[in-house]
Amino acid sequence: MLEKLQQLTDTFQMFDPADRTDMLLGYADQFKEVPPEIATRPFAKSHQVPQCESDAYVWARKHPDGTMKYYFAVENPSGISAKALAAILDKTLSGLPASEIATVSCDIVEKIFRQNISMGKGMGLMAMVQAVQALAKAAASNP
Amino acid sequence: MATPIEDRGYVHPDVLVSTDWVEQHVNDPNVRVIESNEDTLLYASGHVPGAVHVDWTTDLNDQIRRDYITREGFEALMSKIGATNDTTVVFYGDKNNWWACYAFWVFQLFGHTKAKVMDGGRLKWDKEKRAMSRDVPSYAKTKYSAKDRLDAPHRAYRDDVQAHLRTQGQLVDVRSPEEYAGTRMHMPDYPNEGALRGGHIPGAKSVPWAKAINPDEGTFKSAADLKKLYLEDNQLSPDKATIAYCRIGERSSHTWFALKYLLGFKNIRNYDGSWTEWGNMVGVPIEK
Repeated sequence: MLEKLQQLTDTFQMFDPADRTDMLLGYADQFKEVPPEIATRPFAKSHQVPQCESDAYVWARKHPDGTMKYYFAVENPSGISAKALAAILDKTLSGLPASEIATVSCDIVEKIFRQNISMGKGMGLMAMVQAVQALAKAAASNP
Repeated sequence: MATPIEDRGYVHPDVLVSTDWVEQHVNDPNVRVIESNEDTLLYASGHVPGAVHVDWTTDLNDQIRRDYITREGFEALMSKIGATNDTTVVFYGDKNNWWACYAFWVFQLFGHTKAKVMDGGRLKWDKEKRAMSRDVPSYAKTKYSAKDRLDAPHRAYRDDVQAHLRTQGQLVDVRSPEEYAGTRMHMPDYPNEGALRGGHIPGAKSVPWAKAINPDEGTFKSAADLKKLYLEDNQLSPDKATIAYCRIGERSSHTWFALKYLLGFKNIRNYDGSWTEWGNMVGVPIEK
């Protein structure tokens, strides 16, 4: 279950703070914004992640084989943490069945960010995970 | 285009410098640019070239006691960032310089008065598309000789606030209106850090910190606008003793900076115990 995500959180936990920061920045650099065929500005508020001060949005598409593909936008240029998490969620969860993604836990935020989780960011980042989970649950209940 | 800092009518305009000024001084050996953010990833993602990172949790706070670093800790920090007693430190950061002002305030506890804030902070620098670097600079360690921390002129403890209440001193609550009213125990979108009661210190005026800022570029408002906000609309006097507070003293250090330097409040202190202390303390009055 969520094997790639588990491997990634395990890897993050092995790193010291400096390496973890570098790794998070590496993911933030890999962030790809939602393509125009999925969504264009102004993005629909219904896709906005509540409580996220980085102004993040999330979309999902369910493939015929039941697997999911996630897309993100982060409107705040300082939203480095949100971009890093979006890239991580896409790389580790896209391609999995909705029913599997529906089991994802917000605990991953603390495991990934550790000391890099600032006061304001934690709530927003957990809300991103919850938004991904909610989309998976909706897709899973809609065969 | 923003009004130049020297034309905004501030009482002490020299504590603010423009992004232009910083760009011209990034290689000045007598200047050390310091980034202080809430988001600890931001500095690593790109910063003003040559700027060092001072983290409010790990660099400025004692790691055991709820208190700031000691004189020895400050000396070690200044040595680490290559600053001498003669170095002019210039702070900037995210959230409209919220944490930059907090770091500035902590530096004042040690009497390092050669200190400035870059008006507009990271937001303005970024919007102006000025150079950013991921290179972490390395400066030769210095021998910095700090004074013992002198809290009294700048910092209020809970007993000071209680004494201040008895003399009906001015209090400024810089949190959100919901926190002031007691309908919310934390900042919007922030975790609840466990205050038992909601409300405000009796008699405190509610002036959310960000009202001092032009939100589009993060710069401080003009003295005329600040006077209207603090002196006219909220009837605060620069001649009366004043204490600002928020949740842990970070937002209120921004207001402390505006009142002390931009409007010239003569006796202004920051109560860093703030609502996480007052909202939990036994036997103290609150208002809703």
